[in-house]
Amino acid sequence: MLSILQTALELGLISSLTVLALFLSYTMLGVCDLSTDGCFTLGAVVGAVVAIAGHPWLSLPAAMCAGVLSGFITALLQTKLGIDSLLAGIIVNTGLYSINIAVMGGASLLNMNRTATVFTKLKALLAGTALSGQYKLGAALAAVILAVAFLTVFLRTRLGLAIHATGDNPDMVRSSSINPAFTTIVGLCISNSLTALSGCLLAQSQKSVNIDIGSGMVTIALASLLIGRAFAPKGGVPRRAVGAVLGAVVFRLVYAAALRFNMPAFMLKLVSSVIVIIAIAGPYLKNRYPELHRRLSHARAKGGEGRA
Amino acid sequence: MLKLERISKTFNPGTVNEKRALHELSLHVRDGDFVSIIGANGAGKSTLFNAIAGSFYTDSGRITLGGTDMTLQPEYVRAKVIGRLFQDPMRGTAPGMTIEENLALAAGRGGWLSRITRADVKLFREKLAPLGMGLEDRMQQPVGLLSGGQRQALALMMATINAPRLLLLDEHTAALDPATAEKVLALTRQIVEENRLTCLMVTHNMQSALELGNRTLMMDRGRVIFDAEGEERARLTVPDLLVLFREAAGRSLDNDRMMLSE
Repeated sequence: MLSILQTALELGLISSLTVLALFLSYTMLGVCDLSTDGCFTLGAVVGAVVAIAGHPWLSLPAAMCAGVLSGFITALLQTKLGIDSLLAGIIVNTGLYSINIAVMGGASLLNMNRTATVFTKLKALLAGTALSGQYKLGAALAAVILAVAFLTVFLRTRLGLAIHATGDNPDMVRSSSINPAFTTIVGLCISNSLTALSGCLLAQSQKSVNIDIGSGMVTIALASLLIGRAFAPKGGVPRRAVGAVLGAVVFRLVYAAALRFNMPAFMLKLVSSVIVIIAIAGPYLKNRYPELHRRLSHARAKGGEGRA
Repeated sequence: MLKLERISKTFNPGTVNEKRALHELSLHVRDGDFVSIIGANGAGKSTLFNAIAGSFYTDSGRITLGGTDMTLQPEYVRAKVIGRLFQDPMRGTAPGMTIEENLALAAGRGGWLSRITRADVKLFREKLAPLGMGLEDRMQQPVGLLSGGQRQALALMMATINAPRLLLLDEHTAALDPATAEKVLALTRQIVEENRLTCLMVTHNMQSALELGNRTLMMDRGRVIFDAEGEERARLTVPDLLVLFREAAGRSLDNDRMMLSE
């Protein structure tokens, strides 16, 4: 039982990096980045290849650089080449499938069972200390804390504010002498680097990577983000970012509990889809409820008149 | 100061919806001029502002401001020297961000990685206090919570926080209730005078077109058809303007009729 909980916590923390990426691109920049799945896999395969080549520490910055590049291309398509932002994400996502297989040298699966990864390195470092059993959790937690701290500081800078404003009112950004194309590019580069880091850590923690590792990630992360919004609907960036992390962890815990009650594992993606639908449609329907109610009673009153 | 030389803009060229919005329009605005612009809907007033601010590029002609050729400069570059207010108070501010953050972006001090300093906050409070709206005590609240009048006053502050060389006011009080409109207009006049800003203002209010500023233009079908200042303008009354206005409108109606009868 405890090990299930721990695995859920680890998975939640690692995937919360993708949730933080969406917090930046979706909540702040107002772009629904559909290249997330491909970018997550890109981070996983680049990280795996670099680790297998014998550079476990280097695998993290390498994966992040790959993510920056992917985000740069997505942003370039939508800001300079007139491609709709959703379409730009889909196009890059499709292209990344080929690139990811190419990075893996034509294979669709890489095994890291005997590879030194950041986790095995950390395990060796922590051997003999009280934390030796929790090296995975520790690594994931450290990455998440760093990411939250970075976002907290970054979003208070002029560039960070400009990224936030781009999602809020691009006209206002332009009239502040800032090019919204620039802020979109920077925002997507940073968010995709986090997504790629997330993929890299997941691959190394499960000691293998396959081409489908990122599939459905954007919906899962969006579900987590929207659950997180329930924890911290308002407030400053640190609060909302922590809310996003909590959302990711809660999502994994609920999922683990559902597995425990014999829900088949393949249901994960359907569950995440339903959560996103409820989280977005719920508030919408709630707003419309008075109108629907009025229509119903109106129709009823009319019907009554007809009978009279 | 601002020089427009035979600028033209046609929307949807070569289609049935083709519209010549600006027609070889030339205009010279001197330093310190406050020009009010009137004209019927579709006369090209907002298009003129869009052309000056760089929301689109003109098809031909030249635009220079203070000797700098800006004809092909993008909007965000021109925004360094041009401040602009729209009729819709929502357009000038970012609703999800706090008053402080909005002002910080507009002020644009420091580099990309600089943060809001205490000195900035002090300056913003000093700028907001004279508005008499209590905004200086609500710096941490999102702008979306403000009323339309408060948002427009804030937008005015943001547009003028670094005195622009040219201020464009596009019916910026039209969406406000009369009392608030008057307040925002008085504020505009005060800021323009204090900073000796050069200003163009579109208005549908003939009275304020004659009262405010030192020069009045009337536009019709993408041209300036009337340009009065000094004594000529001092003699003008609202009924005079209305006559001119009807003449212009009537002529375009006649043209429509001619086209239909052909």
